Amino acid sequence: MALVTSPVPPALRAKRRRERVRTLAFLSPWLVGFGFFFLYPLVSTVYFSFMSYDGFLPPSFSGLQNWDFVFTKYPPFWTGLANTLWLVVVMVGLRVVFGLGIGMLITKVKTGAGFFRTAFYLPYLAPPVAATMAFAFLLNPGTGPVNHLLGELGLPQPGWFNDPSWSKPALTLLAMWGIGDLMVIFMAALLDVPREQYEAAELDGASAFQRFRYVTLPNISPIVMFAVVTGVIQTMQYYTQAIVAGKVASGVIGGSGQQFDPGYPSGSTWTLPQMVYNLGFQHYDYGSACVVAVVLFALSMAFTSLLLRRRSGFLAED
Amino acid sequence: MDTTRSSPLARRRPLAALAAALCTAFLASACTGTDSGGAEDASAAGQDVTITFWHGWNQDNEVKAINDNVAAFEKLHPNIHVKVRGNIADEKSEQALRAGGPDAPDVVSSFSTDNVGKFCSSHVFADLGPLLKKDGIDPAKTFPPAMLQYSQYQGNQCTLPLLGDAYGLFWNKTAFAKAGISGPPKTFGELAEDAVRLTIPSGDSYQQLGFMPNYHGYETPIAHYLGQYGSTWFGPDGRSTVATDPTVTAMLTWQKQLVDRLGGFEKLEKYRTGFGDEYSAKNPFTTGQVAMSMDGEWRTAALADDKPDFEWATAPFPVPDELASTYGRGYQTGTIIGVANNSRKRTAAWEFVKYLTTDTDAVVSFANAIHNVPSTLAALDSPKLQVDANSRTFLDIARNPNSSTTPASINGGAYQISLQNFSFEVESGQQTDLKAGLTATAKEIDDAVNQAKK
Repeated sequence: MALVTSPVPPALRAKRRRERVRTLAFLSPWLVGFGFFFLYPLVSTVYFSFMSYDGFLPPSFSGLQNWDFVFTKYPPFWTGLANTLWLVVVMVGLRVVFGLGIGMLITKVKTGAGFFRTAFYLPYLAPPVAATMAFAFLLNPGTGPVNHLLGELGLPQPGWFNDPSWSKPALTLLAMWGIGDLMVIFMAALLDVPREQYEAAELDGASAFQRFRYVTLPNISPIVMFAVVTGVIQTMQYYTQAIVAGKVASGVIGGSGQQFDPGYPSGSTWTLPQMVYNLGFQHYDYGSACVVAVVLFALSMAFTSLLLRRRSGFLAED
Repeated sequence: MDTTRSSPLARRRPLAALAAALCTAFLASACTGTDSGGAEDASAAGQDVTITFWHGWNQDNEVKAINDNVAAFEKLHPNIHVKVRGNIADEKSEQALRAGGPDAPDVVSSFSTDNVGKFCSSHVFADLGPLLKKDGIDPAKTFPPAMLQYSQYQGNQCTLPLLGDAYGLFWNKTAFAKAGISGPPKTFGELAEDAVRLTIPSGDSYQQLGFMPNYHGYETPIAHYLGQYGSTWFGPDGRSTVATDPTVTAMLTWQKQLVDRLGGFEKLEKYRTGFGDEYSAKNPFTTGQVAMSMDGEWRTAALADDKPDFEWATAPFPVPDELASTYGRGYQTGTIIGVANNSRKRTAAWEFVKYLTTDTDAVVSFANAIHNVPSTLAALDSPKLQVDANSRTFLDIARNPNSSTTPASINGGAYQISLQNFSFEVESGQQTDLKAGLTATAKEIDDAVNQAKK
C-alpha cells in the first residue's frame, strides 16, 4: 500500500533544502577530511587487496590471489596475528588494571601526591624510540643492570628482548612504564565519584572491595570502557616499540646475506603493522600488504563492536 | 501534485552517488602507475646535462672519496654535471626509483646486492647489457664472477658492481700463541677444535670465546656460512633447493654441534648480547672477547685505526672438511650501481656509471680510499692498489673462482629471511627435524617467489 501523506508546502520544502545545505556546509570540513583521510584510503586498501601492484608497473587485477597467499602461503601472517592478539589481550588488560591501580593510589596519597603524579606521568612523555632503546639497555641479558640486580638477589635472569618467551612481557613492561596517560584519565574519573556514595556505603558496612565494586567501578565504567577501546585500537597499531626493541636487541645492522629478521627474537615481536610495512614498502607487494591492513581494520572493528555491545551489561547506567 | 514521500534511501542517493564518484576518481588516479619510459639526452653531442646521483655513503672519508671520483668524471666530461646526494638509505632510494618524477635520481647506488633481483625484475633500473655491448665492454672479462653474478638477475644486467666486500677470517695471533696453536684453521673441523681450545671460561660466561658461531653474531648469518659451501639456494628451475641441497643440512648440523661444544645456545647468546657495536672499537674481536671472527675487508682498516693490544692477522675463512681443496674461497657481496629506467638523461647517466665501475684508476682510487675490494679484474691487479698482507687476503678471495654470493631473487632477500628464521630455531634447539623444517622452508620460499612473480 502506498504511503499517502499530506502535501508539503513549497515554502517549507525550500526551507528544509536550505537547512540541509547549511548543515552540509557546516559539516563539509569534516566530510572532506573524512573522505580524503579515511574513506579514500579505506576503499583503496580494499581495492588494492585484489590487485597485483609493485608501485612501479601499473596494477593489474589478481582476484583472490593476495588473500590466498596471506592466509595459506605466508606463515609469518599467523605469527604476527597471534602476537598482535597476545598484546591486545595481555598488554591492554594489564595497562588498564595498572593505570587504575596507580590512579587510585595517588588519589589516596595525603602528602607528596604531586611528586608521584609527576613521576608516573613523565615516562609517558618519553619518545617511544628513546624509551625502547633505554629499556633494551636496562634489560640487556649480558650487561643490563636489571639482570645484574636479579643475579645479586639470586633470582633467575630472563633473556628479555633476546628470549622469544620473554620479549612480549618485556614490551608489556615498557608499556606499563609509560602508564601516565591512563593514570591521569583514571585519576580524573576517580575524583569525580560523589563522596556521598562512599559515605553511604560505609554506613551500610560495605568493605573496601565492596565500595570499589559497587561504588567506584560503576561510576568510572565509561572511562574504563574508553581506556579499553582506545587501548585495543592503539595496540592494533603497535609498531615502533616492537621493531626498535627487535633491532636493538638483535644487534644486527643488516646487509647483503644478513637480513634483519623482523620480529626478533624468533618472530616473537612480529606484529601486523610491521607486516603491512614489510610487505608494502620493503617487498613492494602492495596487494598483500592491503590484505593484512584489511584484516587489521576488521579485527579492530570486531573488538570495538564486541566491547561496545558488552557495554550495556557493564555499565550501571546507560 | 506530489503526494508520496520519498524514502530515506532515495533521499541519500545523491550523496551516495557523489561519494561513489569521488572514490572512483581517487582510485582511477591511484591506478595510473608510473611512467617507466626514460629517455636519452644530448650529452653525447656536447649539450650540458645535469644528472642526480644518490648514494648511501656517510663517513667523511667515504664521502670525500666518492666526491673526488665525481669531480674526476666531471673533468673528463665537462658538459655532464653530477648533483650528488649522500647518506640515502636503500629503502628511500628504491621508493624514489619506483615513484619516479622530476626529483627522482638518475643514478643510484645500493649497499645491498639482495635488492638486485627486485630492481631488475621490476625494471626500476635500465638493462645495462646493451650499453656495455655498444661500448665494447665484455662483463665476463671485466668483473670478477661472483660480483657479476650478484649484479644481474636472469640475464638482465641492470646494475654493475661498484667495489666489493669479501669475507674472511680475522684471528688473534697472540691468543693463538698462548693456546699453542700455530696458525689459522683451514677447515670447519679445525675451526671447531681451535674455537674450543681458545675459549677461556669465566664463571657462567667466558673470559675469551674462541669463535661466536651464533647466526645472530656479527657477520655470521647462515648465508655467509653457506658461502663456504658454495650453496646455490635455487635450482635451474628457479625453485628453492634448501630442502634438497645436502650442504644446507651439513651446515646447520655443523654449526649446531659447535654451538653445543662451546657451551650451548643460551650461554653463547647471553655472551653475545654483551658485545659492543659492530662498527666501533667495541667490536668483540677488537676488544679480545672473541679470538676469531668472520668479517669483511673493511675491518683491516678499522683494526689499524683502533690498534688493539694484541697481534692479529687475516686468512680465508675455513671451508667444510669435505671441501678442503676449495680453501681460499669466501662469501662476496658489495655495492651496486644502476641507471634509473625512468631517467630522462640516460646517456649521461650511463657515461657516469661506466666511468665509476669500469675506469681502472677510478675504481682503484675509490678502493684505496674506503678500503673495499676493487670490483674489476684490472683494478685487482693494478700496481696502484695499496695492499698489505692482511688486505691481500680479501683480494685473493675476490679473485678465487670458488668464491660465491647469494643469488638475486625477484623478492630480494626474502628467501634468506625464511632460511634464517629456520636456522635460529635449529641453533636454539627448538627445531630438530631438519628434513621437515627445510621442506617447509623451501615451500615458504617458493610460495613467496611465486607471489612476487604474479
